[in-house]
Amino acid sequence: MADIPHEAEADLPPLEVPDVMPPHAHSWLGKWVFSQDAKYIAIQYSGTAVAIGLVALVLSWLMRLQLGFPGTFDFITPEAYYQFITMHGMIMVIYLLTAIFLGGFGNYLIPLMVGARDMVFPFVNMLSYWVYLAAVLVLVSSFFAPGGPTGAGWTLYPPQAIMSGTPGGAQAGILLMLLSLILFIIGFTMGGLNYVVTVLQARTRGMTMMRLPLTVWGIFTATVMALLAFPALFVACVMMMFDRLLGTSFFMPALVEFGEQLNYGGGTPIAFQHLFWFFGHPEVYIVALPAFGIVSDLIAVHARKNIFGYRMMVWAIVIIGGLSFIVWAHHMYVSGMHPWFGFFFATTTLIIAVPTAIKVYNWVLTLWRGDIHLTLPMLFALGFIVTFVNGGLTGLFLGNVVVDVPLSDTMFVVAHFHMVMGVAPIMVIFGAIYHWYPLITGRMLNETLGQIHFWVTFIGAYAIFFPMHYVGLVGVPRRYYELGEASFLTTPVDGLNAFITVAALVVGAAQMLFLFNLGWSIRRGRDAGHNPWRATSLEWQTPDVPPRHGNWGDRLPPVYRWAYDYSVPGAPDDFIAQNDPATPDPQAVPHGVRP
Amino acid sequence: MSDARTGHAPPDSGEGLSGFVADWSSDQRAFKRVSWGKAMMWILLLSDTFIFGVFLVAYMTARSSTPEAWPNASEVFSLHIGDTNLPLLLIAIMTFVLISSSGTMAMAVNSAYRKARRPTALLMLATALLGATFVGMQAFEWTKLISEGVRPWGNPWGAEQFGASFFMITGFHGTHVSIGVIFLLLVAWKVWRGEFDQDRRTWLCSGKGDYEAVEILGLYWHFVDLVWVFIFAFFYLW
Repeated sequence: MADIPHEAEADLPPLEVPDVMPPHAHSWLGKWVFSQDAKYIAIQYSGTAVAIGLVALVLSWLMRLQLGFPGTFDFITPEAYYQFITMHGMIMVIYLLTAIFLGGFGNYLIPLMVGARDMVFPFVNMLSYWVYLAAVLVLVSSFFAPGGPTGAGWTLYPPQAIMSGTPGGAQAGILLMLLSLILFIIGFTMGGLNYVVTVLQARTRGMTMMRLPLTVWGIFTATVMALLAFPALFVACVMMMFDRLLGTSFFMPALVEFGEQLNYGGGTPIAFQHLFWFFGHPEVYIVALPAFGIVSDLIAVHARKNIFGYRMMVWAIVIIGGLSFIVWAHHMYVSGMHPWFGFFFATTTLIIAVPTAIKVYNWVLTLWRGDIHLTLPMLFALGFIVTFVNGGLTGLFLGNVVVDVPLSDTMFVVAHFHMVMGVAPIMVIFGAIYHWYPLITGRMLNETLGQIHFWVTFIGAYAIFFPMHYVGLVGVPRRYYELGEASFLTTPVDGLNAFITVAALVVGAAQMLFLFNLGWSIRRGRDAGHNPWRATSLEWQTPDVPPRHGNWGDRLPPVYRWAYDYSVPGAPDDFIAQNDPATPDPQAVPHGVRP
Repeated sequence: MSDARTGHAPPDSGEGLSGFVADWSSDQRAFKRVSWGKAMMWILLLSDTFIFGVFLVAYMTARSSTPEAWPNASEVFSLHIGDTNLPLLLIAIMTFVLISSSGTMAMAVNSAYRKARRPTALLMLATALLGATFVGMQAFEWTKLISEGVRPWGNPWGAEQFGASFFMITGFHGTHVSIGVIFLLLVAWKVWRGEFDQDRRTWLCSGKGDYEAVEILGLYWHFVDLVWVFIFAFFYLW
């Protein structure tokens, strides 16, 4: 886009902030290790998140081995099983999904998509990653601490979380967990401030909020939510740490343990649950909203069609973000709550289905009569829609108090939230990696390996979680090490459990194929060239691919249109880039021969 | 969709709701004439508001759900001078000192707008001294309470959540004040040396040749002050 005539920029307002190139790093360390370039920080974030995510993957294998073949593996003791559950949940939700969506995709895509040279505070951005790394290392260190990591369940409910009966409760495990979370929140805040201010205050000329790609809207809204939701977790962690270390009784009622009265009294464990879920429910959407945004862009690009109802999509994201702050107690229907509160929270929870359904309809309507290319990103996007609708429908069951009470704490819940906030967002992560890998490395990922990866993952996810709904309906509780006699079950589920375990092992193995593909394609992948997907958004319009430090060469890109001008009638190409001043008008002269 | 794709609002297009809408639908910046640093401080303070808000709500929950009686604030926080117990005397002085520091901070920001180098630095120094005085008196208050037997896990007068909440919340606020004092001294020193008059980028100094860092620090300082008003109301007056 170097041939844009200067007169075309005359309709754009002048630069409000002088265009200054962030200072380049001079040393090897400054370039590759302590990099202040958001693109490197994004890769550092993603790499760390995937590495710790692999740990969580292996933990899920171990849990499934125990559930599928109880008694076969001696090293999986009940204590170890609870530790696996806890660490698997915490790692997946916080250290993988949150970190990779906001720290990974947020860092890489926000400056490129809004047309900025970098995040507004590159140094703080760098600190954000290093504090996140410290949080991950503290978390990993708990595996090697005496007593091992905490086995309190990922919700860390007191009083059991800090008592001696829980693995790591009376030792270092729970403390390292809390410390790691506090560090994560501090690190995230530093990054989150950057993402928000970059989107609000550092867009390029012509880039209005309503021209932002939905990816940016999703990540931006999720970041704002995280900045307001993480404080509750922060405070809860500090208070529980004091309960454990100083002997305060914020969450600890009077307790007798092994016949001995403990030095606690007067605290209320329910307060922790409120604090945790005031963070925990927005957290679901902190993970889901970036996925919503990214998948909208994947669908538009690979169906060569503008996203249906862009404005509704934006408002749906914002409304979901707002509503998610007043639904938290639907996680606590069985904790003991005034029935009126149950009524209130059930109502707000079901209202969320409205904007969410708008989004799903709009995705499907974007596909409707689109020029659908079944590329890998598109396959994963379709996989996301299917799994998300599936998980959303079971959410309607669990959002109702009367239906939730019998289903609460069964495998049905496990199947529900894995479908809706496990499989669905991870589908988007894969799709996004297949989509943007050519931008990051300049090469395409291998198509055959990708196809195998998609089909095994997609079908495998259903093989795992579809039967799990049934297992839960039959009455199998979650978080049980083994079922024992299980005479309360209407039908035996041993066969299904073994089947789920085998499927989980296969799906996990398919991810190794994906990792291999990531490494292999860096050198041997097909050359991607400039803008292989023929996308309109700014990140593909950089002078160099992969983009260099400062992103835009000597001039910031001017923006003339929204990010969804695909298949415009009369336009010479089937897409018009955001920084292309051409008028999509049949009478206009074709691009390139303008005077 | 047509106006979203082609229309532009002129920057800073007036007052009221229409100006707000125009700013948010314009390109480049949603908050016109607000620098990156100032925007970041405002958003940080919003997040921090939630932290203090959750702390206070957690304290109120603990206070209203504990089965034991809550210690009487006007007796616990009283100073014994001569023969009389003066309730809330120390805390009144502390509050006065902190509010005064907000006054000197506002004067420092005013001087910074005029780029008056020495008055700015001196007023910031005064603010830092008042802040340090506040932290010092808080340390005295902690020492007095500890010597009377108040601990995070119990106290002689009633619910043990009293000590726990007190030390946690005032400690967290005191940490904020201390961090503020450190940055006040740093920035005051930089103002005094004239670093904000140059166009060279240094640490905490954008190189724009203005005193904006003083104003941003002022935002933080007033916030810490405002939070104290709430802590004062909910902890000492309730």
